[in-house]
Amino acid sequence: MKLWKRARATPPPGEPLSPPGLVWLLVTLTLAVLLHAGQLPIWLVLGFLALAGWRAAIVWYSWSLPAPALRLLLALLAAGAVLAHYKTLLGRDAGVALLAAMAACKLLETRDLRDGVVLVFLGYLLVMGKLLYSQDIPVVAGLLGVVLLLLTAQVTLHRQHAGLSGLAPLRLTGRMLLLAVPVMLILFVLFPRIPGPLWGLPKDAYQGRTGLSDEMTPGTISELIQSGAVAFRVRFTGVLPPPAQRYWRGPVLEQFDGRRWTTADERPMATLMPFTPLGPALDYAVILEPSNQRWLLALDLPARLPPGALMTHTFQVLRSEPVNEVYRYELRSYPQYRTGELSAAERVRALQLPARGNSRARMLAADWQQADAQPEARVNRALALFREQPFYYTLKPSLLGVDGVDDFLFRSREGFCEHYASAFVFLMRAAGVPARVVTGYLGGEPGTLGNYLIVRQSDAHAWAEVWLEERGWVRIDPTAAVAPDRVRDGVYAAVTDPGGLLPFLARRGGDLEWLRQLALGWDALNIAWNEWVLAYGPQRQRDFLSGLGFGEVDWEEMILALLLALSVLGLVYAGLRWQSRRERDPVARAWQQVCKRLARRGLVRGGHEGPLDFSERVAAARPDLAEAIRALGQHYAALRYGPAASPEQVRQLQRQVRHLRL
Amino acid sequence: MNDATVQMPTLRQRFEAWVTRGQRPIREPLRLERRRIYILPTGQGYAFALLLFVLFLWSINYSNSMGFAFTFLLAAVAQNSMWQAHDNLLGLIVHPAQVAPVFAGQPALFGVRLENPDPRPRYGIALQGQDQPPCYADLPASGTTLVTLAMPSERRGWLRPGRIRVLTRYPLGLLQSWSWVEFDAACLVYPAPRGRRPLPVRQAGARGSGQRAEGPGSEDYAGFRPYAPGDSPRRIAWKAATRGGPLLVKRFTDQTRPELWLDWALLGDDPTEARLGQLCQWVLKAESEGHRYGLRLPGVSIAPGQGEQQRRRCLEVLALYSGDGVKTTS
Repeated sequence: MKLWKRARATPPPGEPLSPPGLVWLLVTLTLAVLLHAGQLPIWLVLGFLALAGWRAAIVWYSWSLPAPALRLLLALLAAGAVLAHYKTLLGRDAGVALLAAMAACKLLETRDLRDGVVLVFLGYLLVMGKLLYSQDIPVVAGLLGVVLLLLTAQVTLHRQHAGLSGLAPLRLTGRMLLLAVPVMLILFVLFPRIPGPLWGLPKDAYQGRTGLSDEMTPGTISELIQSGAVAFRVRFTGVLPPPAQRYWRGPVLEQFDGRRWTTADERPMATLMPFTPLGPALDYAVILEPSNQRWLLALDLPARLPPGALMTHTFQVLRSEPVNEVYRYELRSYPQYRTGELSAAERVRALQLPARGNSRARMLAADWQQADAQPEARVNRALALFREQPFYYTLKPSLLGVDGVDDFLFRSREGFCEHYASAFVFLMRAAGVPARVVTGYLGGEPGTLGNYLIVRQSDAHAWAEVWLEERGWVRIDPTAAVAPDRVRDGVYAAVTDPGGLLPFLARRGGDLEWLRQLALGWDALNIAWNEWVLAYGPQRQRDFLSGLGFGEVDWEEMILALLLALSVLGLVYAGLRWQSRRERDPVARAWQQVCKRLARRGLVRGGHEGPLDFSERVAAARPDLAEAIRALGQHYAALRYGPAASPEQVRQLQRQVRHLRL
Repeated sequence: MNDATVQMPTLRQRFEAWVTRGQRPIREPLRLERRRIYILPTGQGYAFALLLFVLFLWSINYSNSMGFAFTFLLAAVAQNSMWQAHDNLLGLIVHPAQVAPVFAGQPALFGVRLENPDPRPRYGIALQGQDQPPCYADLPASGTTLVTLAMPSERRGWLRPGRIRVLTRYPLGLLQSWSWVEFDAACLVYPAPRGRRPLPVRQAGARGSGQRAEGPGSEDYAGFRPYAPGDSPRRIAWKAATRGGPLLVKRFTDQTRPELWLDWALLGDDPTEARLGQLCQWVLKAESEGHRYGLRLPGVSIAPGQGEQQRRRCLEVLALYSGDGVKTTS
């Protein structure tokens, strides 16, 4: 108790803040921290609530603030706890946690206006922090509410605005936000976007993103498939391609160490790998969710690349920077194609196998090589093996031993797409057919509105490619041999899923189909949001502006357009304001009319001159007008500065003005 | 003025003088128009700008589209608050200041009526004298509010309020819009009553050290007058005061008592201001004790008299005395 008795002795604070403002602030900051509750440690959320409650009690019961020593102790404790929890104070997660902890401690020393304003600013930073985690529509709507409340707190903190009581400050800030929206939209569209990041980001900047990786072990994809999160959405300019063509190419894996597939050296890159298209093209735009990876998913095989993207020798499209924002790009692909010759280096890569292991599979493959001179026949033998032997397609395969391929092919015979792709490519290489594993996504569900496809993490897939003399690289999906439904109807139709591992949204045609349809309607809103709002980056901005018919637009022209648009908007606002003022004040208008007419005769009213002074001066300069102008000036002054004018008085003034003959 | 040291005006003062060069002290109500309203960010405003810059960098670094939208929204709100701060003053009517004399050391109170002609209320409008804290007021829709501006009075004589700022930081406190108004009003500051010399009670016309006044004595009751500082509490009409009226003081006249001459020459070699303080003290005392009194200063003489008017005339002379006489104009 002694600790906060002493606080009364501290020197008086600066400009005091108003108690209602503090209440708004307490409520708002609590809401802001609760929005973060999902990713903050629970002790921090509870701690914040406790300190905010304490501060509320201080307001309510007029207690005094805790002593500086206690406050310092609390602040050190909070920072120490955050440090202990995250092992750092830098980065996104620890940074946001530190902001929340600081806000809690600052609450306990908030006594004057300056402290209050600092807290409001901390609130804005917390809003920004939340946006780094999610920019979904509900989150953004919630944050907009917090911003409204923060602005309200900012208004009411000032003691001189205490006259705005009850909900009046909320109405004021609501109106301010509404009026701010057009300006914000203009800035959003036209302010030249600078490609980020400007400096290195902390390691945890984009943590917790699910998605494909550049390696594959048994289990990689079946884990991924349990997430219902959207990987990307695709908008087609023409009709949607049939399900059998919806193979979205991701990382191509060529290196095998007996257990793990990894990408080979990705360095040899070209702007485009040559191939011969054999059919019509498909044009489409992909709206990719942040993946923290460089690859851009494309239908087999991409022929035209988005700006700044490159292609590896395995037809994989890569961006120069990892995708950490919602990114939209346009592509053209040819579903039917023939690729060219295989170089010596490529052939070596496509035949690579570990020195030993999986001897039974090797023997089987050697037999095939002996029996069939044609590589195609060997491919068919492998597919026939999967089709005819009792292989199962399941999310929960039993664990495999050291010789994983042998174990899978001859013992367990149950697995997910990565098992089939891996075993198939192993057999092909052992049989002397150049082959590789391709990972990516298979399928996609049509959205309810517009011709677009939603591709989820649960659509993740792995398949194979073999190189055949006369056809080049050919896609072979060994999973299709086991579970043909996988290609046609998606993973839910094909897989045996005893554990209920698949996400709800991946279960097409289940009991709750109506709910899933509702979710799809919501998704239609989300694709528009992602495509037009979240993906609006430097590239999209240039595309959009040139699409409006401005041609190539550089940043100087954008600034110019920005200023122009803001000026036009300013004029519109000023016009509206002038209009309403004019209608409101007929007395002032009548007087201005008189002044304007006199000014034309060289009698200009000075800024300091009141109506009586001015009419005296006019009377002196124009004795013929003296009586009329004096009467007018007095009448105007009486209406202006006296009690409220009646309509009859206003009409009389207007008559006087009309009858003034200059 | 006693202010012998003439200081070079600071850059800020020169700027203000240049900005307000066309403005005259007002005698009529003044309507604040566009060209005399200025606006600049406050300390909070600059801090807010820094915050916006940080948010902007943050948005770029994380390529966060909603971060940009948020930053731009806050910038647009700040811009909107600029209009509002300006509109809060625009059209406001400032009436000429009303003022009553005070004794040196008491605050000079300038009563300024602010009128809001528009059907919307205006909040947080302040008047601020130079180097004074602002006095805030709210103006109801189509209504007026009286703001009392207190200025410290240190010296006797005329006190001009100088250039007054009409200002507002409404609504967010990020910007201050203001206008300068100069009033054609001055507060007359009487010397502070001081000194312990007794009233020079002597025969009419006589000079020399005074005799002690003999208390109330057998005086004739002569009605009430309003209370003024320096009145003896014994003469306050407490009965009347308890009924809730203004403080009144009973006036007595004692026709049998001789006239008093409050004479500069009685005060020997005291410095000028000390003499004036003593004379002031005497005037108040003589008035409250019901004497008929006259005042004599080098070059000025006020015939003996009594009552509110006599008191005021004497105090005015004391307030404006300047060695070789009295300047009566302000």
